[in-house]
Amino acid sequence: MADIAFLLLIFFLVTTTIANDKGILLRLPPPPDPLQEQLDIKIPDRNIFTILANSKDQLLVEGEPFEGSMDDLKNDVKKFILNFGKPTPDGIEIYNSLPPQMKAFVNANGRNPESSDDPTSLKSIVSFKSARGTSYDLYVGILDAMNAAYNEVYASRVGITTEEWLSLDRSNSMQKEMYNRGRSGIPRAISIAEPD
Amino acid sequence: MPKFKKNSKTSEDIPTAALPDIIFMLLFFFMVTTVMRETDIMVKQKIPRATQLTKIERKSLVSYIYVGEPKNVSLYGSEPKIQINDVFITEEDIIGFVNTEKDKLDEVERDQITMSMKVDVDVKMGIISDVQQELRKANALKILYSTIKRVAEK
Repeated sequence: MADIAFLLLIFFLVTTTIANDKGILLRLPPPPDPLQEQLDIKIPDRNIFTILANSKDQLLVEGEPFEGSMDDLKNDVKKFILNFGKPTPDGIEIYNSLPPQMKAFVNANGRNPESSDDPTSLKSIVSFKSARGTSYDLYVGILDAMNAAYNEVYASRVGITTEEWLSLDRSNSMQKEMYNRGRSGIPRAISIAEPD
Repeated sequence: MPKFKKNSKTSEDIPTAALPDIIFMLLFFFMVTTVMRETDIMVKQKIPRATQLTKIERKSLVSYIYVGEPKNVSLYGSEPKIQINDVFITEEDIIGFVNTEKDKLDEVERDQITMSMKVDVDVKMGIISDVQQELRKANALKILYSTIKRVAEK
């Protein structure tokens, strides 16, 4: 009996693949509509955080070569989002809704007139452009850092850790409310340009 | 003369009466967790690591695209290739593939189709970008870069 069970056990051991369906979700922009004219929206440079990667996997962040770790990049992005350089009325409202320790973070690191106005729509955009020769590994790393910055902002807005934020279950109404509260007013403005 | 004599009367055997039970328990565990692999992956798959992972809520909406260097280099060359189901395809075939995958879903859910990109770390962005352009044309806009959880290094 035990022998047969052993045999079956070994068979299932070998054939098992623990499914991992986890990853970084990204929404592609819809295909360009030939009938619609391209809208030319002017966004001042200070409201765009540019990350460029070349085919040698070197980074250019805000016009300067970047050699720090992905963690440093995440912190730079976070400072950029929470800069509040010249907030609009909507931005001021968001600032007032932040928990005290985030206000302290803004006042210690932000308030730079050369950086983003506030985190509302079109006032702070994180832009990433890679080259065709950039490695996929680096691409995922940067995507991860940009998402991490936003998730940290969202998580600390509702007073939980980033881990807890990521495991929020949106089918649960209480957790969904928390999720919406964290995200309200601060869109995840990540723009990924086509590599050339 | 040793002070403490080993009590040689105790049996040294491990009781094996519960062994079948334990084996059966393991067997059931693996039987339940097993997902039979439908496709034979013919490209190298060393999945990158990341920290900010999202879990897919509806598995039925997911289709997989594998990209990587072929395992059989002598037959297929060492340039990264795109694999879908059991075959290698070129970029132009992606629209057709997305449409057949969409046909399997309910009409209301077709826009929600998620393409899971299982890409090897050594692949360059050029091919990924080509795939994404085709996916945009095919109106499959939700993509998931499949990654493994990175353990924080501290």
